[in-house]
Amino acid sequence: MSETELKRTPLNSVHRALGGRMVDFGGWDMPVQYPAGVIEEHMRCRTHSGLFDVSHMGEIWVEGPDAIDFVNRLTTNDVTKLVDGQAHYSALTNVGGGVVDDLLVYRFSHDRLLLVVNAGTTEKDWAWIKSHHSEHDDLALRNASAEYCQIAVQGPDATDILQKLTATDLGAIKYYHFTTGEVDGVDSIISRTGYTGEDGFEVYAAPEFAEQLWNKLLETGKYDSEGGVLPCGLAARNTLRLESAMSLYGHELGDDITPLEAGLGWITKLDKEGGFTGRNALAAQKESGLTRKIAGFEMTEPGIARDGYDVYVGGEKVGIVTSGSPAPFLKKNIGLAFLPPDLAKIGQEIRIEVRGKYLAAVVVPTPFYKRQK
Amino acid sequence: MSHNIPENLRYSKDHEWVGVDGDIATIGITDYAQHSLGDVVYIDMPRVGDKFSAHEAFGSVESVKAVSEIFLPIAGEISEVNDGLNDTPESVNNDPYTDGWMVKIKMDNPGEADGMLSAAEYEEYLEASA
Repeated sequence: MSETELKRTPLNSVHRALGGRMVDFGGWDMPVQYPAGVIEEHMRCRTHSGLFDVSHMGEIWVEGPDAIDFVNRLTTNDVTKLVDGQAHYSALTNVGGGVVDDLLVYRFSHDRLLLVVNAGTTEKDWAWIKSHHSEHDDLALRNASAEYCQIAVQGPDATDILQKLTATDLGAIKYYHFTTGEVDGVDSIISRTGYTGEDGFEVYAAPEFAEQLWNKLLETGKYDSEGGVLPCGLAARNTLRLESAMSLYGHELGDDITPLEAGLGWITKLDKEGGFTGRNALAAQKESGLTRKIAGFEMTEPGIARDGYDVYVGGEKVGIVTSGSPAPFLKKNIGLAFLPPDLAKIGQEIRIEVRGKYLAAVVVPTPFYKRQK
Repeated sequence: MSHNIPENLRYSKDHEWVGVDGDIATIGITDYAQHSLGDVVYIDMPRVGDKFSAHEAFGSVESVKAVSEIFLPIAGEISEVNDGLNDTPESVNNDPYTDGWMVKIKMDNPGEADGMLSAAEYEEYLEASA
């Protein structure tokens, strides 16, 4: 795809002005890193605060009396358990139990839900969701992805920074809850969610206010090369989520990977009323036992495992790395891999083929990193 | 963006640099290469005594985001490796032409480096491929 065809968020020129190195990310022209570099960006988010443009994510409104029932039938988590102002992590599953996408479901009211989906899968998700909209469902679907920018401010300083820009009491918003309010005078959805393993917020607003909000957050966070908030690119977003062992679609999740295999049993409510698409396949898989599951590992000799590398035990190929990277905060080389369940046990020694060498690694508990509360 | 390209070195199209002193050549990656890679975290090095032909991969350099092979622009035998990079791989980013050197080789054919790109030619090459 040529650069002219890439989609751009409303912050594209801001990223370029900040010296962001732009790459094609699922058809979007996005900053992979800024001049500070991925390690500094990652560390700053863990110790102070990081700012992320996630405007490429997709937003789909489901509105009407049957909204909850409809989303409940399409997703693995139990939407009936949500209260107004609460969100949860969930998965859209196909008939075979594979993951169409992972997403957040926000309940604004009993007849108004917002689905936030991955950028690269937005069109696929939209088609999938529409195809399940029968004439019996009293609801309206709207792909509103172009109507929002989304900026994530994450890290220990995130609440202090955002609080200076809003009259909304952020302390009253619990984790995985949200509210609507003004940020710097701009109508926003303020959501205490994120993809870094840190406390923080994701702010949704109309795209014409993206630059204002971004610049104000940088200014308020006292952005400079020595301290304060740092803009973070996709590379840091990836290493931060990997240290926290969060799944990334296309790696730990996919159309042919079930949430049970990905370690997402906690969002897979097989017994919820009415069932959901893929429920029977998942129940059968649970009954017969998994043949593979995601496990965390760390390298015990120098070398870095990368996505797609083969995993060996006793000279036999037993699995594959789904995500592998240096972990800047932990200062270890870590990864997630599919392993047979009997080998996905803490302390299991494995070897990973790194360009012809079989380097030692060990299965460890996840998340690799857990913030101090 | 302009990159530091010292006059006294020779360059390969794979973005390695070579500094010649008698029959010993010092080899590293260029400022352009380190910038493209991003934060370097690990360098997989050969051992002293290993022999390589020209354009053969002698190791790899890993950044947070990716791994890249590094090629020996000219043939020779590894006479020294920069062990300091085990502790400070970031030297490849910060000082690619000094502390960030990777290996020294005893050249099979002293004079082979003369066939490599000059600083001016490498700069032209970078501009043409930009």
